[in-house]
Amino acid sequence: MRRWRRRALPVIFIGPLILFVLSFLILPAGQLLLSAFRDESGNFTLTYLEGLADSSAAFENSILLSGASALLGTVVGGITAYLVCGRENSARSFVRAFSAVAANFAGVPLAFAFVATVGSLGMITLWFKQAGLDIYRLGFSLYGLPGLVLVYAYFQIPLMLIVITPAVEGLRKEWREAAEGLGATPLQYWRMVGLPILMPSLASAFVLLFGNAFSAYATPYALTSGALSLVPIEISNVLSGNVMLAPQAGAALALGMIVVMGLVMLFHQLASRRLKRWTGR
Amino acid sequence: MKFGRKIFLGLVGLYFAIPLVATGVFSLWQGSNRYGFDGYTALFNQDELWTSLALSFELAVETVLASLVILVPAIFWMHLRLPRLKAVFDVISALPFVIPPIVLVAGMSALYTGPEWLVSTPHYLVIPYVVMTLPYTYRTLDVGLGALDIRTLSEAAQSLGAGWGTLVFRVVLPNLTTALVGAALLTVAIAMGEFTFANILLFKTFAVFIAFIGQSYPTEAAALTLLSFLITWAAMMGVLLGGRERAEIGGTR
Repeated sequence: MRRWRRRALPVIFIGPLILFVLSFLILPAGQLLLSAFRDESGNFTLTYLEGLADSSAAFENSILLSGASALLGTVVGGITAYLVCGRENSARSFVRAFSAVAANFAGVPLAFAFVATVGSLGMITLWFKQAGLDIYRLGFSLYGLPGLVLVYAYFQIPLMLIVITPAVEGLRKEWREAAEGLGATPLQYWRMVGLPILMPSLASAFVLLFGNAFSAYATPYALTSGALSLVPIEISNVLSGNVMLAPQAGAALALGMIVVMGLVMLFHQLASRRLKRWTGR
Repeated sequence: MKFGRKIFLGLVGLYFAIPLVATGVFSLWQGSNRYGFDGYTALFNQDELWTSLALSFELAVETVLASLVILVPAIFWMHLRLPRLKAVFDVISALPFVIPPIVLVAGMSALYTGPEWLVSTPHYLVIPYVVMTLPYTYRTLDVGLGALDIRTLSEAAQSLGAGWGTLVFRVVLPNLTTALVGAALLTVAIAMGEFTFANILLFKTFAVFIAFIGQSYPTEAAALTLLSFLITWAAMMGVLLGGRERAEIGGTR
């Protein structure tokens, strides 16, 4: 009886997760891998992978957009989390609730909100125009990369807040007091104590945000109507039959996306392992 | 320093407030200089608004339940008995990033064409939603459980004669309220606004309905955008208040 339980318990506790991940994450990805390397009659081919060279602009745009918005989100969200965490309870729970709502505010509604604000006929755009400043003539466009970064920040910053707050709250007052007692300036405290402690969390949060932006589909789709070339949009164009491409070309694009994200993740794993060893945790 | 702090928070606040205000103004616009509630009346008379909203909420709740049932026991066991497994779980929890929604939907629709009773109902969406929210839920729960001294807690509970059920439901879960609420908040937020899977698998959830409205009725779309924000806000406040109340009870003991 005891022995049986010792064997069965891990299966009961961990089994469902493993089974779920295997059937709904790993197998579907494997299916894509197979179809990207097979032609119509099922033979091995590299044609579709070579075709990826034609969509290098999509990858460039996607990486640029994700990197910029993730950096913005990490910096602004991180600072905000720190500034808010010292405040009274009501301010904190307001920020927390707002973060959860704003992180949900991605996608189509977010696109509409920004069109109403800084779109070509948006409120702010018209105000500036009345003041004699045409921001669209000055080179700003909501429908290009800088505009998308501005929009993405609306869900990147709240997500950063949600993710980083536990780590920021874990920064003990005593550490700061100890540093100050030894004569450290605020800058020194952050450079030598605060940031190194937070670094693994910050790095993992950055990756979280990067992935979040890289796979965003509804927001850029609603904003640019597919005019700006991004990887997820190209894939959906293939899936819904908007372009004259074989399904295997879509699988190859998807594979490219997996490779980019895989590299980022690997990089992050190595970096945070080194940091952990360095900080001795 | 204190002044700079206020300016920074003020600017961040403005960035988040302005689009909402602009959307509000836009939703009341009725051409030239007239403003009123026509957009809202037209919107509320659409039956599809209510059905899609109800569907999305149902899916969000199911996603929360499903991911907690799958994840809490596994992460709990890892912290208690198999710390070595953390490396594996970290990789697993990162996988949904490596395989984003648009990629997963392609893979899933290629692999699973049946059974009919599962694939043809909107509840099928709960599966990809759990996958999608897995990294966030895992991180939140992992941090929460890591902060507890789970071994001491469970040894104490078990030496007092608690079984596994008592240990999980009366010791671990009550100590985990903050993490559970955080995980639930994230999951609801993501599931309610999810567009990619629903759109490509052709289910009319709330986000898909908003996109549909936005193509032809800009005022209604602005009204709907604002409304979706307010509804989620209300739901979030409810969850948050509930969570804090329980945390306070735990704190006074």
